[in-house]
Amino acid sequence: MKKDTKNPPLDRVDGRMKVTGGAKYFADFAIPNMTYCVIVGSEIARGTITSIDTKKAQGAPGVLGVFTHQNMPPIPGWDAPASKQADGPPPKPDTEEKYRMLGSPKILFDGQPIAMVVADTYERATYAASLVKAIYSKQTARTDLEKHKKEEITPKGGDYSRGNAKAFESAPVQLESAYTIPIEVHNPMELHGIVAHWTGADQLMIYAKTQGVNSTQQAMAQAFKLDPKNIHVHTEFMGGGFGMGLRTWPQETATVAIAKKVGRPVKLVMNRSQMFTMVGHRPYTAQSIQMGADKNGKLVSIHHAATAETAKYEDFTEATVNMTKFMYDCPNVSTRYRLVRLDRSVPIWMRGPGEATGAFALESAMDEMAHKLNMDPIEFRLKNYTETDPEHNRPYSSKHLKEAYERGAEAIGWKERKNEPGSSKEDNWLTGYGMSTGVFNAFRWEASARVVLNADGSLVVQSAVTDIGPGTGTALTMIAHNVLDVPFERIKVEYGDTSLPKAPSQGGSAIVSAVGSAVFDTCTKIKNELFELATKAGAPLAGSNAADLSIESGNVFISNSPSKKVAVIELMKANDLPLTAQTADSKGSAELEKYSMYSFSVHFVKVKVNALTGTVGVTKVVSVADSGRIISPKTAASQMIGGVTGGIGMALTEEAIIDHRFGRFVNNNLADYHVAVHADVPSIETIFIDKPDPIINPMGAKGMGEIALIGFSAAVANAVFNATGKRIRQLPITPDKVMPGWEFRAVGN
Amino acid sequence: MNPFQFTRANTPQAAVSAVSKESGAYFLAGGTNLIDLVKREVIIPERLVDINRLPLATIEETTSGIRIGAMAKNSVVADHALIKKHFPLLSMALNAGASAQLRNMATVGGNMMQRTRCPYFYDHSMPCNKRGPVQSGPSKGQPNGPAGCGAIGGVNRMHAIFGTSEKCIAVHPSDMCIALAALDATVNVTGPRGNRSIPFAQFHRLPGDAPQKDNTLSPGELILSVDIPRNEFAKYTHYLKVRDRTSYAFALVSVGVAADMKGKTIQDIRLAMGGVAHKPWRLADSERFLKGKEATLENFKQAATLAMQGAKGYGENDFKLTLAPNSIIEALQIATQTV
Repeated sequence: MKKDTKNPPLDRVDGRMKVTGGAKYFADFAIPNMTYCVIVGSEIARGTITSIDTKKAQGAPGVLGVFTHQNMPPIPGWDAPASKQADGPPPKPDTEEKYRMLGSPKILFDGQPIAMVVADTYERATYAASLVKAIYSKQTARTDLEKHKKEEITPKGGDYSRGNAKAFESAPVQLESAYTIPIEVHNPMELHGIVAHWTGADQLMIYAKTQGVNSTQQAMAQAFKLDPKNIHVHTEFMGGGFGMGLRTWPQETATVAIAKKVGRPVKLVMNRSQMFTMVGHRPYTAQSIQMGADKNGKLVSIHHAATAETAKYEDFTEATVNMTKFMYDCPNVSTRYRLVRLDRSVPIWMRGPGEATGAFALESAMDEMAHKLNMDPIEFRLKNYTETDPEHNRPYSSKHLKEAYERGAEAIGWKERKNEPGSSKEDNWLTGYGMSTGVFNAFRWEASARVVLNADGSLVVQSAVTDIGPGTGTALTMIAHNVLDVPFERIKVEYGDTSLPKAPSQGGSAIVSAVGSAVFDTCTKIKNELFELATKAGAPLAGSNAADLSIESGNVFISNSPSKKVAVIELMKANDLPLTAQTADSKGSAELEKYSMYSFSVHFVKVKVNALTGTVGVTKVVSVADSGRIISPKTAASQMIGGVTGGIGMALTEEAIIDHRFGRFVNNNLADYHVAVHADVPSIETIFIDKPDPIINPMGAKGMGEIALIGFSAAVANAVFNATGKRIRQLPITPDKVMPGWEFRAVGN
Repeated sequence: MNPFQFTRANTPQAAVSAVSKESGAYFLAGGTNLIDLVKREVIIPERLVDINRLPLATIEETTSGIRIGAMAKNSVVADHALIKKHFPLLSMALNAGASAQLRNMATVGGNMMQRTRCPYFYDHSMPCNKRGPVQSGPSKGQPNGPAGCGAIGGVNRMHAIFGTSEKCIAVHPSDMCIALAALDATVNVTGPRGNRSIPFAQFHRLPGDAPQKDNTLSPGELILSVDIPRNEFAKYTHYLKVRDRTSYAFALVSVGVAADMKGKTIQDIRLAMGGVAHKPWRLADSERFLKGKEATLENFKQAATLAMQGAKGYGENDFKLTLAPNSIIEALQIATQTV
């Protein structure tokens, strides 16, 4: 492995396929005799269905079945204990309600499926679905976290504290601030759904929108009490997941059950508004920070509290307050995390997940404190920089955050920034600079891989991992190339199918580290076998020590005497081989336990703010990632740009709005729920520190999917403050929040 | 979506006849809003009469100004040399609306006919008076949903501050119409009773007691063209659209300004606002005040104050009481090049 060499830029190996329609997404799979399922959602958020009329729907043309709580086929395993990864709807005994889709007339959230209609075409199913009419006994819905904050519960895990809980009270400089994050919805371009095909009485083929085929396989095995071997799941590509595909949703399992009942393959593709209520969301979260510092800018204390919404039927928790525990050198730190169970559907991780929510509060507060201290925000962070993890009292596996601050500041032109807010203007727009830090766990999960070196010298790399978009195939190509020096175009990566070696779900920024390490280990096995073949008795390099060999350009040679070599193809021919190697459950050593492993990022933004209308535009972005060795610089940069784009949406535009009188969304479509569009996104410069982490895995690579977004929204809020002197603590930062008051304001209502 | 009849008209007369003889029949132009309404079952048509083949897409100079055919595509109008030269405000307003794809489909007539984007109108599980009185309406299949105004006391951040009624506080969504209102356009229509012309200011209406009616067209009337009279406003003009994202978002507030300047003096001026009322909102008092005055910040502030008379917030949209005058000042400064 050329560990100390930077990797060359490599075009996305499946890029051509993706832009020419060759890449097949779940809904592209056409199976003969296919039927189509459309969900009817509840129009109330809480209550009971008193009657449901399905007669018209059943009589509509092409309809093969209308399923409600009155006739839903049973799902035998739904009440079994949830396994580690596969969570159908896991029964959590401590929640107030049990949710089984189409299992009872009870309505627990707006949009809850009340019927599934199957017909021979999608259009006929859609029409028939519109004929299903329910009458409800309505109850008042509790959907507003702000109103019900006091009804909080303490999830497992508890509070954290180190040092003196009362340190804040005597801190010379004090800050107390509250921040809120609205409900955000993943809204990937590709709609969610599943194709379920029973190929035999106990044989199931599934094409799904899942971030992990093995996870879906496990969930379905559990739900239908089948041997996982009987379930084949295929998801090679995904049109964006951002976390929503990290579990198997009830409507997917229900579709499988219905397919069995109907006796034909069933395809479910949800509509856009259903994507707001059935596949999770980033939970509304209210946070507060108490921060104390001394007059020289040394942190005395931080208290970070968060209260997030969850469903009544399931507690969803995320790591919202965790960053505060270890990010800065601060002796007195405490965190508090609470949930409020509302009449809402359950949230799920959304890119950056809780850390992105928490970083908005912590990194905004850091900026607020720097302002109170009249310090430069970077200087303030450096003053409280820590080289070791203060939460776990152990070293970081690697941390080059100082260098990230320096390089980012240089690239954005930080020296142009004036510390006094509201003091820069360009073309009649106020301008400002902001920055923030992001951090996320770097994982080394278990994964498996198979590698085949064909007799012609070409290489096949296999893993069940799904590529949700970051360029996993490209990264795995690079890793295999780096071990065996097979030309890129002669490497084929096969992935996204349960027939391939087991891999974790793609999430948590962990795939390069997990699956990449498995590929590395497996390729290394192949390399070692080649070295043995080259050095065994009678072989061209017989007598040499395998440890003294190298492989390059299709030849095995003695490292310090390159002319003594043998072609890989010759070795294969002489031994009449393709070579196959498989690694099961590749994982890190116990050594990893001695370190805290994190990826770091720093985001710098420049904004312009209209002094009269409050319109904010991000005009320049520099994002720096300290995430170990960059395996695939080109796709990594794309991933970073994608994260920043999501960050711009989070900062400026995204908010799913509920009318709490009805408990119902009023902007559940792509026109009214504002994801960032091209015009919102300026040129984004990505910088990689690109120094290998010596601990985490043999490639030295840490993840970067989450850090691309974590902290970004705070950088924007901080820049808006620098431009205007106005501190926005409620996302998104829309013009109404930023615009100045008017001295001759007209009469209000 | 429910089954409906689809027919195609080859002449305006045939189109008018097809739509007026049957309740529940609608003209289908670009379809960028109508198809959504049909899909969401806000409109359940009996028949759609496709008018895309009607020869009404011409843009031409007339003795008094310019005539734009009702079927001219928004993108074509926005890019048209005559429009850019004589009425850049219209170009700017069109380009501020929707997305490139939608502008390529949407027509001038259809743009004028688009319905509000008030979310309560589109979700018939929630109250709205705009869907028409319960048990009536043009179509027998019209889903009425509960009566009442969901936006009053509800989510009304996008809603009107002028000309509202107890029945409805929805806003007209078009950008193009703000420019046409400012430019004193006239709408030429044909119908079962022949042809007539409607001054643009009288084309759209306030909600009053009949918020289901967006405009003053009679049943079966078809828009043929829009006339814009020649003016001296091409140089000092601006369309300012304040919105939640930079493209593909409806206006929180928009301001169209077209002025004739001599030195620093405003000889004449037209002002209209969007995102604030059930129709394009002309600022007649502000226009009168500014005529003959110097283009100064102080005068702009006065004009903005005048414009806000009678404005009323409904809670979430109270910010518009500030954003609207701020936007008027900003738009005036840009248009008169006094920034």
